[in-house]
Amino acid sequence: MTRPIQPEIPSHTLPAATLDPQTRAKREEKIQVAMIALCGCWGCTLSFLDMDENLLRLLDKINITRSSLTDVKRIPHRCAIGFIEGGVANDENIETLEHFRENCDILISVGACAVWGGVPAMRNMVPLGECLKEAYLDAPTAETDAPPRIPHHPDIPKITTHVYPCHEVVKMDYFIPGCPPDAASIFKVLDDLVNGREVDLPTSLIRYD
Amino acid sequence: MNIRITLDGKEIETTAGTLLVDVAADNGVYIPTLCYQRGKPCLGTCRACSVRVNGNVMASCTVPVAEGMTVEVDAADLNDMRKALVELLFAEGNHNCPSCEKSGRCELQAVGYEVGMLVSRFPYRFPPRTREHVAKYIWLERDRCIFCQRCVEFVRDHETGRKIFTIDDRGTHASIEIDVALADRMPPEQVREAAELCPVGCIIAKGVGYDKPIGQRKFEVKSIRERTLERSRK
Ligand code: SF4
Ligand code: SF4
Ligand code: SF4
Repeated sequence: MTRPIQPEIPSHTLPAATLDPQTRAKREEKIQVAMIALCGCWGCTLSFLDMDENLLRLLDKINITRSSLTDVKRIPHRCAIGFIEGGVANDENIETLEHFRENCDILISVGACAVWGGVPAMRNMVPLGECLKEAYLDAPTAETDAPPRIPHHPDIPKITTHVYPCHEVVKMDYFIPGCPPDAASIFKVLDDLVNGREVDLPTSLIRYD
Repeated sequence: MNIRITLDGKEIETTAGTLLVDVAADNGVYIPTLCYQRGKPCLGTCRACSVRVNGNVMASCTVPVAEGMTVEVDAADLNDMRKALVELLFAEGNHNCPSCEKSGRCELQAVGYEVGMLVSRFPYRFPPRTREHVAKYIWLERDRCIFCQRCVEFVRDHETGRKIFTIDDRGTHASIEIDVALADRMPPEQVREAAELCPVGCIIAKGVGYDKPIGQRKFEVKSIRERTLERSRK
């Protein structure tokens, strides 16, 4: 049944337009910032985009490498600041998070999912077998013309027994709670870091929902 | 009797026997509380109001002030201790604020903001807790119970004075229980009061749900700190 595994072509290895050396040099001097989503809903990433024109104020100091603006799976070179959305729910999440930890000086949990597991962690109270059964075998949307089965294939990431907060897998340096956090909260942390201030999220910017 | 105590290095005059947590609020010093409510007997269950009195850490809702007391509220170790107590509560139950009816008017959440909690330093337990929805007007979302005992002490059957809520078992097995027969004869305003009294979203009045838009909820309009200090000025 399983088809042979296709050789994987990571998107960051695909050919890209070459930059002129001047622009490239200028970019490389800047503080490299990246953001990636693990097991989340991309809402936090949208909050990152919601920084809107505030981002422009920082653009002469930062260069955004991987983010929802540039859909690459791995960061091409070392970053100073990495934002992580989502918790850890499968082996691919673990790999990605470890890759980010190895390649970022500062790693930040953004949003309820990254901070403690969030909505996906609601499955932590139910045994994994029961979750899969409910999702694939007993679901009202389960295929009716084929015997019900739980999908498994080498290309599909293996799901972990529980959903874990990022800091239970690698060391995280800062936390921005919220579901999603306000763009203002993400900006405050980024602005503090870029300007060498101690990160300080005021009470007015802390939210858990 | 008028006495003098030292509060965070400042000498203040107050009345002997007043609860320390209230004296602090009357003097503009906010101490977070989760089980204590001004004017009601002290429960002393949550310990979130811990301060240092004459060198010893104690819950300020349990301490009547006495002449010459030296009280510390704002110290790095005490701030961190209170924060840790709040973090414990978040790690102990299941608190998914985005899907909680109480969000925005929850005292645990509001106190979390005040103590600056961003994440719990304790591993999140994800305990399986079954919800109780047998009663006609109330359901218990046990994931969120912090065992403050407010409902146990202050919600009584109007006729017999008997308790409607009880805490069953201890430690990790503890569970909030409801006497369904008594609960089913609670008048609507008592149901509302019980839901309001619960500092978290455990006691929920059936048929209500989310009734205020984000941005207009209780502690968004005015923070728990402002409310505590304001109430004391009245
Ligand atoms: S924290 Fe909320 S907004 Fe962010 S990824 Fe999780 S569910 Fe989405
Ligand atoms: S009870 Fe409070 S802290 Fe718990 S989930 Fe609800 S709003 Fe959040
Ligand atoms: S149900 Fe609410 S009021 Fe009762 S003990 Fe639990 S948290 Fe406290």
